[in-house]
Amino acid sequence: MTAKILYNILQVLVVMAFAPFMAGINARLKEIVQSKRGPSIFQPYRDLWKLFHKDEVVSERASWIFRVTPYVVFIAPLFVAMLIPVLTSYPLFFAFMGDMLGGGFILAIAGFFATLAAVDAGNPYGPMGASRTRMVSFLVEPVFMVVFFTVSFVAGSTIPYIVQQQWVISPASFFAPSHILIMLAFLMIIIAETGRIPVDNPSGHFELAMIDESKGLEYSGTGAALMKWGGEIKAFVLMCIFLNVLVAPWGLAGTGNVGAVFLAIPLVLMKMLGLIIVLVTIESSLAKLRLFRISEFLGAAFVTGVVAMIARLFAL
Amino acid sequence: MPHALGSSLNALVGGLFLLTSFAMVATRQVRGCLRMFIYQSILLASSAFIIGVHPVYWHLIAVGMINLLTKPILIPWILRRAMPGRIFTRREVSLTINATTSLLIALGLTVLSYFIARPLLVTAHTNFATVNLPIGIAGLLLGGYTLAVRREAVPQLLALLTMENSAFYAGIAIAPNLPIISELAVAFDALVLAFVVGLLTKLIHERTGHTEVARLTDLKEEAKQ
Repeated sequence: MTAKILYNILQVLVVMAFAPFMAGINARLKEIVQSKRGPSIFQPYRDLWKLFHKDEVVSERASWIFRVTPYVVFIAPLFVAMLIPVLTSYPLFFAFMGDMLGGGFILAIAGFFATLAAVDAGNPYGPMGASRTRMVSFLVEPVFMVVFFTVSFVAGSTIPYIVQQQWVISPASFFAPSHILIMLAFLMIIIAETGRIPVDNPSGHFELAMIDESKGLEYSGTGAALMKWGGEIKAFVLMCIFLNVLVAPWGLAGTGNVGAVFLAIPLVLMKMLGLIIVLVTIESSLAKLRLFRISEFLGAAFVTGVVAMIARLFAL
Repeated sequence: MPHALGSSLNALVGGLFLLTSFAMVATRQVRGCLRMFIYQSILLASSAFIIGVHPVYWHLIAVGMINLLTKPILIPWILRRAMPGRIFTRREVSLTINATTSLLIALGLTVLSYFIARPLLVTAHTNFATVNLPIGIAGLLLGGYTLAVRREAVPQLLALLTMENSAFYAGIAIAPNLPIISELAVAFDALVLAFVVGLLTKLIHERTGHTEVARLTDLKEEAKQ
């Protein structure tokens, strides 16, 4: 019991510690693809360090929502990190608190507060970006739901640990059409939710074209650091769900052995490196979509998810 | 090939086949449509191989070979020869209904096709028919829908060929013993179709400067131009 609690805390710490690292690798790889050198992979840590040591400026008109939001945005993905398999293939102490649907809701709360805070500050670009973010996320929502429904048809449960067991039983179920299509749909969700290129340009600093970035425009100092770190953790958590539940649930610690749990950390990071290479390839080979074409992109994701569900329901 | 692996591979091919049909509905570029058609034909051929391998049906393997020869290679070649390159480099092709709505309608059609196929499957005696028949019907409906929604000649031709592909796709699972002469006839039919429509489109393009079928509603005399 104590071991499970300790591992759970360790899991959250690992997510917190390595999320900026993964963001750094991502940025560096993208620059390398564009034949530039790019910043060091530890640059996100330095950015966070710098921001935490700066003074914070808050608008006189801003209400308590503006002050609370960075903490909500930072903590919500950490709650999700307690529920999902990051290092171990068996449920840890807090895993009973919620299933995948619950995780989705917790992430949605963070998005909700970020939107309110963007409107709260009174900056004209904030509400514009916030409404765009809402547009993307309400289009993502049905895809999420369809993915979860299909997954629960397959596994008979929405608990991530049971789902993950279901895919590894045989290669036949791994290569089942529903599984391949679900993976595709979830990849598209990750691209949309973490603000990557066909949907949003994370490195663009032009306010009129911003989608995801605009929610942090008004923040400075500690608030900006927490928003940034929270975004990185959210990306890390989504990639963890994708890898450890849907695609490649290998390399996780199966027993409570301390060595096995610590060995799982580099293995998970290696898998994530592979996923980041795939994402960077996608990001570098596509152009950003115009705003009203995003609905087509997510419509395609929705269709992929529903086709997966149909293939599951009728064909087998 | 063990039977279970065969049917799960076939199911995977079926899912991808359905996805290419959806892509034909929503893709904007002519070149993208052509590429999707090529993928779909390759998937059709691989489904024929998968079904034909375990209890060996030479017909099906022959069908797969014919398909691999004509659709991914000959038809695109004919189209590229017959049409000016400008048609393929055009970036956006207009749709009568926007892509997102089209996709949702296409989803409805797919669900409908599963309901249509369900009573028919009672008489089917192969395992493959449960995958191929509904997806084939769905492909037929989606092809018809694409035909109705598109305004350009080349995507319309491709939609027609998709319908033919889908009918074939359903057919190979239901009737694996179809005489090979009919398969050959259909394959050549598709070739001739591509050729004729290609030439026709070329002529239209030379006359009017575009290939938008929707704009061909009024006739003009040549002297007045």
